[in-house]
Amino acid sequence: MKADQTLDCVGLYCPMPIVKTAEKFKELKAGEVLEIIADDKGIKYDIPAWAQATGNEYLGMEESGGEIRVYVKKTKK
Amino acid sequence: MAEKKKSTEKEKMTVVLFSGAVDKALAAGILATTGASMGMDVSMFFTFWGLNILKKNEGSPGGKGIMKKMLNWMNRGGSKRLKLSKFHMFGMGTAMMKKFMKESHIPSIEEFIQMAKNMGVKLVPCSTSCGVMGLEEGGFREEVGSLAGAAFFLNEARQSKVTLFI
Repeated sequence: MKADQTLDCVGLYCPMPIVKTAEKFKELKAGEVLEIIADDKGIKYDIPAWAQATGNEYLGMEESGGEIRVYVKKTKK
Repeated sequence: MAEKKKSTEKEKMTVVLFSGAVDKALAAGILATTGASMGMDVSMFFTFWGLNILKKNEGSPGGKGIMKKMLNWMNRGGSKRLKLSKFHMFGMGTAMMKKFMKESHIPSIEEFIQMAKNMGVKLVPCSTSCGVMGLEEGGFREEVGSLAGAAFFLNEARQSKVTLFI
């Protein structure tokens, strides 16, 4: 999946990937897609939940070799 | 504290931290910073042993009168002096857990307090506990707001979607 920016959260546990994603989203423009790379399995449920709570669009995830790539689109300003 | 409700209606979350144990403070810190990251307006109330988290790490712990001064020296507090609720083992267990947490890149309680403050989380010490233990606002870290009581907490909780007692 194509992304405008990437956030590396490998080696980080909850809540840091969420805290960093929220921070990073402030820099993004509406319509841009962020790719979050993490290896904490909690991310699979945490990012969709975060997207739902904040009104952003969860696009999907790819998993390979223990690395999880999650994609979220910023829908509002 | 006397802040009016903001026009942008954010969801609210309230956390009471009753415990002064490092493990419970960690749980509270994780949930508060995650709540703020999810766009919620978060208030944390610190009561009884929970006040230890907000005490300054350095200097005199304060206290009015000899007995309360003694209490506060024995119950020194400060984010860097907290113990585990279990497995403290004269400090060995706590030191080991802190090491494991550091290896896993989990922020310390010190870092959680600063993160929470930067995210706009309100840190409110309970005025009654402060009165009982002879603590004053000056004995708390600079990130801490003014003291408040049960009515202020309940009014926040009343409007909150999430309220936790830890």
